[in-house]
Amino acid sequence: MRRVPDTATRIRIASDGKSIDTSDAEFVINPYEEYALEQAVQLKEKHGGEVTVVTLGPEKTTQVIMKTLALGADNAVHLKCDKIPDDPSSIARALANELKGLEFDVLLFGKKGVDDDNQQVGQMVAELLGIPSMTQIVKLEISDGKAVAHREVEGGSITVETTLPAAFTAEKDLTAPRYASLRELVAARKKPIVVKDVQLSPPSLEIVSIQYPPPHPPGKIVGKGVDAVPILVKLLHEEAKVI
Amino acid sequence: MTGDVLVLAESSGPTFRKAAFEAITEGRRLADLLKVNEYALAIGNGLKDRASELGKYGADIVILANDPSLALFHPDYYREIALEAIERVSPGIILIAATSAGKDLAPRLAIHLDTTVASECTQLELENGKLIATRPAYAGKVLLKVRVNSSPSIATLRPNVFTAKEIVPGKRPTIEQIEFKRPESPMVVKEFVTQGAKKLDLTEASVIISGGRGMGGPQNYKILEELAEVMGGVVGASRASVDAGWRPHSDQVGQTGRTVSPTLYIAAGISGAIQHRVGMINSKVIVAINKDPEAPIFGFADYGIVGDVFEVVPALTREMKVFYGKT
Repeated sequence: MRRVPDTATRIRIASDGKSIDTSDAEFVINPYEEYALEQAVQLKEKHGGEVTVVTLGPEKTTQVIMKTLALGADNAVHLKCDKIPDDPSSIARALANELKGLEFDVLLFGKKGVDDDNQQVGQMVAELLGIPSMTQIVKLEISDGKAVAHREVEGGSITVETTLPAAFTAEKDLTAPRYASLRELVAARKKPIVVKDVQLSPPSLEIVSIQYPPPHPPGKIVGKGVDAVPILVKLLHEEAKVI
Repeated sequence: MTGDVLVLAESSGPTFRKAAFEAITEGRRLADLLKVNEYALAIGNGLKDRASELGKYGADIVILANDPSLALFHPDYYREIALEAIERVSPGIILIAATSAGKDLAPRLAIHLDTTVASECTQLELENGKLIATRPAYAGKVLLKVRVNSSPSIATLRPNVFTAKEIVPGKRPTIEQIEFKRPESPMVVKEFVTQGAKKLDLTEASVIISGGRGMGGPQNYKILEELAEVMGGVVGASRASVDAGWRPHSDQVGQTGRTVSPTLYIAAGISGAIQHRVGMINSKVIVAINKDPEAPIFGFADYGIVGDVFEVVPALTREMKVFYGKT
């Protein structure tokens, strides 16, 4: 699970020109990991077992971990570092190192973090652990020690069957996340969180600079109603030259 | 040290994806700057007669892995072939289109090669032989410039951003084969289920007609389908209409959906919230149709019509039929 700024937050570039100023951002569970967590909780409700949340991030990640515990996770491991690394392979190596020591059947990730948009960590961890993995899944069925996953791809979906343990990265449609009740929020405080300081591997990718995208020049109102349609077609053909 | 440039040419059935041609054209540009060869790696089924096509876009050598079991993307099979080709070529730079398969595969390769990936790049540069990539983050709210310090440098390229160009029309590349020996894998790729009659994916379409909350209900998307058909486009949707259950998530354009960059994007009954804007702002031309003249979408659309989508869209379809001579 990754702690990310809420998608409604305005993103500000910090004064060093190569990092994001998150001082007034609201932090949430990465939305794609909400789908993954809900899937994990549903699997627990159906098949038994327990749900462990593993996260890498700064001290303040605790607040977001509490939310995952309220939403049905049983315990959590917090790999503490100053800042989530910019290099996804550094994140993957730290997570894989921890996961090597845990026993599990199903390892779920969100398909990507909505902050760095890398979409790499899930399948990297699976490769490091040497377990099968399927990315961008919209449906998961588990029975008799096997999993059938549906991956969303261009123009349709691909069905893949695998043995367990296996890793999956969640697409938006995987599940509909639930809301935590006040009782669950209170109960979450009693659930165990193991905190460990983590050693990060040296990054192979560095941010050189960050910029805002160039502003899109405002366009023009062609007109009102159906009368404007012929003018629009003429402009698209003669001025914009796109038809 | 400067190695060659290796580009993965992804196929869909017995043809290459447009995004593959885009990546090869860009790979050629980098190979010329570095004065090295460009290799294309073609993986799929039924590609034997097609492989030489990659020469036109600039590939000097095509490595071909052609086998019925490679028709659909299989992470383990594709990874093994790619690693074999990489060992053969020792490339300095690897380019892969950021399709669902490309985005799945690139990080896997990175782990085995002890390197990392610059994801969904929109621009590539070289600095002292190192790859500097521009890539959007925070759903396009900012652009990061990143340097890949490990070798080989891997970058995935966002489809529809780089131009595919037949640079050397008659060029016949050298073709090398990889004999595919199917590795043991716990994963079995069962089947591909197409979604409706949609021919093109949103990320590959050059014309997209999207509908939002203003469409009023799922039954009304028919008028957008009709316009899309006339224009050879595909239909997209805003998050509001997907969350309402009117359209499948695969149609969603925006921060939690697809990021698209077609030549023409027509937004019908879409207000233009930030979550939608970031998914389509890089379209070449944006047209907005909305009855609310205050809708934020008019602030960044190139052309706007203030009016009722149920009147304007059918009128536009009629006008386009005339334009394309389809009446």
